[in-house]
Amino acid sequence: MRQAKKAPETMPRALAKSPTGIQGLDEVTEGGLPTGRPTLVCGSAGCGKTLLAIEFLVRGAVEQNEPGVFVAFEETEEELTKNVASLGFDLNDLVARKKILLDHVHLERNEIQETGEYDLEGLFIRLGYAIDSIGAQRVVLDTIESLFAGLSNHSLLRSELRRLFRWLKDKGVTAIITGERGEGTLTRQGLEEYVSDCVILLDHRLAEQISTRRLRIIKYRGSTHGTNEYPFLIDENGISVMPVTSLGLDHPASMERISTGIPRLDAMLGGKGYYRGSSVLVSGTAGTGKTSVAAHFAEAACRRKERCLFFCFEESRSQILRNMRSIGMDLEPHVQSGLLEFVTARPTLHGLETHLALIQRAIREFKPGIVVMDPITNFLAVGTPSESKAMLMRLVDFLKSGRITALVTSLTESSHSLEQSEVGLSSLIDTWLLLRDLESNGERNRGLYIIKARGLAHSNQIREFVLTDHGAELVDVYLGPEGILTGSARVAQEAQDRRTQSERQQEIERKRLDLKRKRETMQAQIAVLQAELEAEEAYMQKLIAQEETRETGLLQDRAEMARSRKADPARATGAAAKKTAAPGRKPTTGKV
Amino acid sequence: MNPLTTGPQESPPGEAGEEFWELRLYVAGKTPKSLTAIANLRKICEDRLAGRYTVEVIDLLENPQLAAGEKILALPTLVRKLPEPVRKLIGDLSNAERVLVGLDIMPGTAKE
Repeated sequence: MRQAKKAPETMPRALAKSPTGIQGLDEVTEGGLPTGRPTLVCGSAGCGKTLLAIEFLVRGAVEQNEPGVFVAFEETEEELTKNVASLGFDLNDLVARKKILLDHVHLERNEIQETGEYDLEGLFIRLGYAIDSIGAQRVVLDTIESLFAGLSNHSLLRSELRRLFRWLKDKGVTAIITGERGEGTLTRQGLEEYVSDCVILLDHRLAEQISTRRLRIIKYRGSTHGTNEYPFLIDENGISVMPVTSLGLDHPASMERISTGIPRLDAMLGGKGYYRGSSVLVSGTAGTGKTSVAAHFAEAACRRKERCLFFCFEESRSQILRNMRSIGMDLEPHVQSGLLEFVTARPTLHGLETHLALIQRAIREFKPGIVVMDPITNFLAVGTPSESKAMLMRLVDFLKSGRITALVTSLTESSHSLEQSEVGLSSLIDTWLLLRDLESNGERNRGLYIIKARGLAHSNQIREFVLTDHGAELVDVYLGPEGILTGSARVAQEAQDRRTQSERQQEIERKRLDLKRKRETMQAQIAVLQAELEAEEAYMQKLIAQEETRETGLLQDRAEMARSRKADPARATGAAAKKTAAPGRKPTTGKV
Repeated sequence: MNPLTTGPQESPPGEAGEEFWELRLYVAGKTPKSLTAIANLRKICEDRLAGRYTVEVIDLLENPQLAAGEKILALPTLVRKLPEPVRKLIGDLSNAERVLVGLDIMPGTAKE
């Protein structure tokens, strides 16, 4: 219905776009420059207008097979060819293959006498002929404003330019017109009035003596586009625009865990280390061992045959290799096998955006599984805190979207609160390890905490972080009545403990021996008594036996007597029984 | 060769010491400006350089490839090929004073 109401068939489709082939620019413009329409590229001197234009032509010719015409008002063909050769473009070859046609329009005011009315039909004819001769679909006019310096009749020039842009549209060529930045206007001669379909502003700004190139799309009629200022680079590969802010938070979360390289730290992080694709911050004051933690992580990755990119912003590659060798870690083989690569740069070398762009390019090219940045705090020297944070946020987003595990270190100034990471990074970070100095008894020792570890059952304990000649180790700190003890105090306390313990054990042993001796003594006494008793008993038995024998003898004697007296046998037996009833008393008394 | 190639094609009269003028006028089609320029040029040449000049009128609509060679931008353009050095004048040549200055034609060379 809406289609029917609007124009026939092509209208509902989005505006046709011609890819520029310039890295990032097509993403920002969502497809390229408007096909068949002129685009104004403006900016101050030296901001890369000509280069952007020529790259548009070269990439169009090489990648899209769209021939292009370059009309240079400022440089001659030879100069132009030479200038872009350093960027890897061989214009001579493209010209020979009729992919690109260069035309230098020479205009010198004092060589030309104006004698009456004229128009720019000559330019139209030249351009038209050039376009037709190679079937050009792309045209660049660089910088057409030079006409205003060469010709005096400006009102005529304006109307001719208006006609020219109209004519370019009618020709159906995709054109770039470059213009010098003016005072308060985009271009000196107000070209933006005539070229109004798409306007791209290039900028080259200095902040703190560091320059950053930026690109912004001011206007893009009939299309949505990225509206931010995007940093861009000019290097041996031409222009790269970095549309990094377009990243969303839709990266998938991995359940895979990877080792930190320090077994005890793995244990502290729920036994298996970090999540793959997470971001780890190691913060701490100077000399707390941040780089060592980072190097352990890198080394563990290399041992798993993962690629690791190590950005050093403070030390050189060989310095890190040497320093890690001192704690018994040899990274050299990994460097040689190509698993580990160092990228070293001073943060003050470029602006933040340029750094971001360079980092991203290095990551895209190396395709690492993990990335280490040591330390990120140095970026603060380059930009304001908010800029640094924005840059790091984009960096973290970029890494996360690529499922790259990142470990960044952050130097905390001792005057700041330790829990405050310099650049306010904490909210971006999944796992945060804090290394800190524990100062007591005239010495400093290193302590390690896990401040947070999203999604990990992590230990809440503080560990002493010890750098040994066979790597970093985590040791339990001494928790005693006097608080946390580390270092030599811990060692002393542990020795003290051992001493106390052995004393206690000796005491126990002594008591045990005591008991044994007592038992033995008692048992000896018992034995003596027993023996005495037995002896007594035996003696008594003997006496009893004697008494009984005597008694029996007596009875017999009596019986004999009775028999001899002819006594009554019944009474005689009864008396005998009475006598035997108390035999015990008699012998005793008898004995005494 | 060119239908618009006009102007007196008389051979140089061979006056000793006199310079010979070779002029080339670039136009685009028979626009009023072109025609005005041609008329103005003819008048000036007749007045000042009678018998000592050739004029070639080139229509770039027919020979567009010539535009780049001569670095033509504005039209009409008058190019003084001879005497050296080459000079360029743009416009319809209606300002005779400027044309004379531009072509470096001495007032003294005017015909009485």
